[in-house]
Amino acid sequence: MFDIISRIFNRETMSSKDIAKERLRLVLVHDRSSSSPELLNALKEDLIRVIKEYLDIDEDALVVDLANEDDSVALIASIPVRGFRRAVNQ
Amino acid sequence: MKGKVIVITSGKGGVGKTTTTANLGTALAMMGNKVVLVDTDIGLRNLDVVMGLENRIVFDIVDVVNGHCKLKQALIRDKRFESLYLLPAAQTKDKTAVTPHQMKNLTNELRKEFDIILVDCPAGIEQGFRNAIAGADDAIIVATPEVSAVRDADRIIGLLEAAGLTRARLIINRLRKSMVKRGDMMDIDDIIDILSVELLGVVPEDEMIIVSTNKGEPAVLDNNSRAGGAYRRIARRIMGEEVPLFQGDEAGNLVERFKKMIKLAR
Repeated sequence: MFDIISRIFNRETMSSKDIAKERLRLVLVHDRSSSSPELLNALKEDLIRVIKEYLDIDEDALVVDLANEDDSVALIASIPVRGFRRAVNQ
Repeated sequence: MKGKVIVITSGKGGVGKTTTTANLGTALAMMGNKVVLVDTDIGLRNLDVVMGLENRIVFDIVDVVNGHCKLKQALIRDKRFESLYLLPAAQTKDKTAVTPHQMKNLTNELRKEFDIILVDCPAGIEQGFRNAIAGADDAIIVATPEVSAVRDADRIIGLLEAAGLTRARLIINRLRKSMVKRGDMMDIDDIIDILSVELLGVVPEDEMIIVSTNKGEPAVLDNNSRAGGAYRRIARRIMGEEVPLFQGDEAGNLVERFKKMIKLAR
């Protein structure tokens, strides 16, 4: 509730330069991720490497992508789990 | 390899690349450097008119790379400074008339004769851009405090980094203090924060730029032009001098400075 009120309040009092900054921040996340997809791929490989230490996962079905929400960008990872390890691999 | 090749680029058109090239080149020549300005905007040349040298063109950059003339024949000496030259773009060809490889050879030739080679890059990220950055040691990015220009600058920074030009510096052009003050224009800190790039200088909005372009006389020659003064300071910074971003009243009154100090301290 407070979040909604503060958001409405913010939009009205926000100066146009703050709107510009916020919009730029979001658009640049997408620009950068699409102009250098190798970064997201590298992240994906690192994720797989780390998660495999703990979980048995389906690597081929793993999806890592950026998703737009109202005023934020989220990193969404969908990682099918096949099983849980008994102990941490040393 | 003596001279230094600096490309002036932006991605977006109309932000002041050519004006910046003309003014920095003139200021650097005023300081005693031997300077050549290279217009790589083939098909849409304009550096010649901004410099007031449009009537002296005989040969152009395409003639040089195709061997139709000697490099020396195409170089136009400035009206005012003996150590300042222009290599004009061709007006009738397109960007594919020159290749990045040819540009690299050309800039290497120019290095032997000049201290500083300023390359005026066309708008866009296609071959004209690739040509302009081919022989560059350093890059200067020009952006106005607008969403579109900053977005394009970010893209250009990425492309420059991919090409090995990792130390690009930014000039914020046409900054309007009054709009910044009322929160309707992004300030220097906002832009630097977004782009995370080194700031080379800030040029205020100045009507005198249009007057000086009308006459074909770069604003740095006019001691009353605020933009001209800003460009002279940027030129000194390019030469490694430590020069404050703003001079005198440009930084605002005492109250403003005090406010800024508090903001920095927080």
